[in-house]
Amino acid sequence: MKLKMVKLIPVLATVITLAGCAGGPFGGDKVEEEGAPIAEAGTAGAMESGAWSGNPLDDPNSLLSTRVIYFGYDISEIQADYQDVVAAHGSYLAANPEVRVTVEGHADERGSREYNIALGERRANAVKRLLLAQGASERQVTTISYGEERPADIASSETSWASNRRVELAY
Amino acid sequence: MRKLLISVLLYLVHLQVAAAPLTIQITEGAQGALPIAVVPFAWQGGGSGPSQDISEIIRADLARSGLFRPMPVRDMLARPKDGKEVSFKDWRVLRMENLVVGQVLPNRGGGYLVRFQLFDVFKQEQLAGYNVPTNERDLRATAHHIADIIYEKITGKRGAFSTKVAYVTSTNTGGGRQNVVLQVADADGHNPQTIVTSSEPLMSPSWSPDGRKLAYVSFEGKKASIYVQGVYTGKRQKVASYRGINGAPSWSPDGKRLALTLSKDGNPDIYVLDLQRRSLLRLTKHYGIDTEPAWSPDGRHVVFTSARGGQPQIYRVPSFGGKVQRVTYKGKYNARASYSPDGKSMVMVNRKGGAFRVALLDLKTKSMRILSDGRLDESPSFAPNGGMVIYATKVRGKGELAAVSVDGNVKQRLALQAGDVREPAWSPFSRSNQRN
Repeated sequence: MKLKMVKLIPVLATVITLAGCAGGPFGGDKVEEEGAPIAEAGTAGAMESGAWSGNPLDDPNSLLSTRVIYFGYDISEIQADYQDVVAAHGSYLAANPEVRVTVEGHADERGSREYNIALGERRANAVKRLLLAQGASERQVTTISYGEERPADIASSETSWASNRRVELAY
Repeated sequence: MRKLLISVLLYLVHLQVAAAPLTIQITEGAQGALPIAVVPFAWQGGGSGPSQDISEIIRADLARSGLFRPMPVRDMLARPKDGKEVSFKDWRVLRMENLVVGQVLPNRGGGYLVRFQLFDVFKQEQLAGYNVPTNERDLRATAHHIADIIYEKITGKRGAFSTKVAYVTSTNTGGGRQNVVLQVADADGHNPQTIVTSSEPLMSPSWSPDGRKLAYVSFEGKKASIYVQGVYTGKRQKVASYRGINGAPSWSPDGKRLALTLSKDGNPDIYVLDLQRRSLLRLTKHYGIDTEPAWSPDGRHVVFTSARGGQPQIYRVPSFGGKVQRVTYKGKYNARASYSPDGKSMVMVNRKGGAFRVALLDLKTKSMRILSDGRLDESPSFAPNGGMVIYATKVRGKGELAAVSVDGNVKQRLALQAGDVREPAWSPFSRSNQRN
């Protein structure tokens, strides 16, 4: 048990460093929390050159680094170009049964607010279904719909609407 | 015929609460509004007297209704404070149909006595006359009460100036964080009071029929739940927190039940929650989206938005369960309907082209009239006398409230100085005009 912990430390340290470089809003936040105990312990791991050794969620070359899935107007079906992304997350969850994810559905500001809550939920459910189809289990996946209440972009334009019609995977 | 007639900005000078007031701007006034003179109410005591100009509040109320055109004080040739001092001939020459005169007298305990009379200028007849005891705190409420009396005596319909409006505001506090607040203010935007504050979304305020409670949706704890809160007590109860959506609460006219949207059984459907028994009755069962329930004034039906036909349209179902009937057929998108207080019409959000606007559907003739002129208008809510509709709009990217008379002739904007304001809900009539 003790041995295992020691092995983990360099891996997590690597994750912190890499997440810092990438500056991703989701990986960044989460990893900082995980990193806190390490700071207390005062240890640090050297970065291994060459081969990738971090958390696959933060591998910029992995489909898993994509955590936001975008949708068409008034559409809750996952577009073809995001099928592989969601499937990769499903497989990752299946392989890591201790990992939990919250699937957050969002809509753009057009249309009534409660209807958009329903639309956001349909989007979140579409993603959840595909995650489960890949072997993720029910208890790993929580869904919530924020409708148009938490826009990623507050402007009122086609571009901002497109970036607001989304599902975010929050690990 | 719409014409820009008045542009008035009201500022709250004697603001005693921390929250920022809404400023009201009348953007379009009605032609054919009734001319009325409300003479300033003279203070009959010593010292500076009341902090608020009661006649000014009355004039602003009457102007906002769109049915009256109050005479500017500077145009008045005389300022009678009592019926005995009135020369009707002079007011006839000025083409005033109605005249209000009054005075404020000192009353026991540092209070005031407001004495006013309403006259029909042509008949030279008194239509109403009252002595109203009040105090410094209740001056605005008293003025709204007097405006209600004037409105009712002349139009035959109950005034809605003493009512309130609930709405949600949000301000960005940096770092992607929001401060979301549910507030209640007087119908003229003054006296805003905070009911709930959260860093997570607050949605869909709905008044109980007695005007003393609000049901709303809160996402605190990263979960949507429905709460019922006493407006004047601040006490609240969580009444629905099922898996999935807990949304769109709507109070039944008898105050005993809430219609709401739940997705606990897999899909957003309409349910009725009995608040006493805590029992649920499922009204719809469809794989499409069903949401935004609203009661008919007689409590027999619930209308709702459904995408069962492919696009959102309005449907209705008996409130104790039964067959679902489609209500709207015109347009590709109709959502969030609610009945007028007399049950003869409905307001809803209608999409035409790329614009979302407030539409009024006459249930008898089935004719639909667009009332608003924005592109992202939503959340329409009737005044309890059915005379006006308040709704949310966007002006230069900022959420604002607007109101329009049901004939479409009078339009107002209610803007908050900072942040976005949305989801207005006009309160029912209160049982008394006294503040609690």
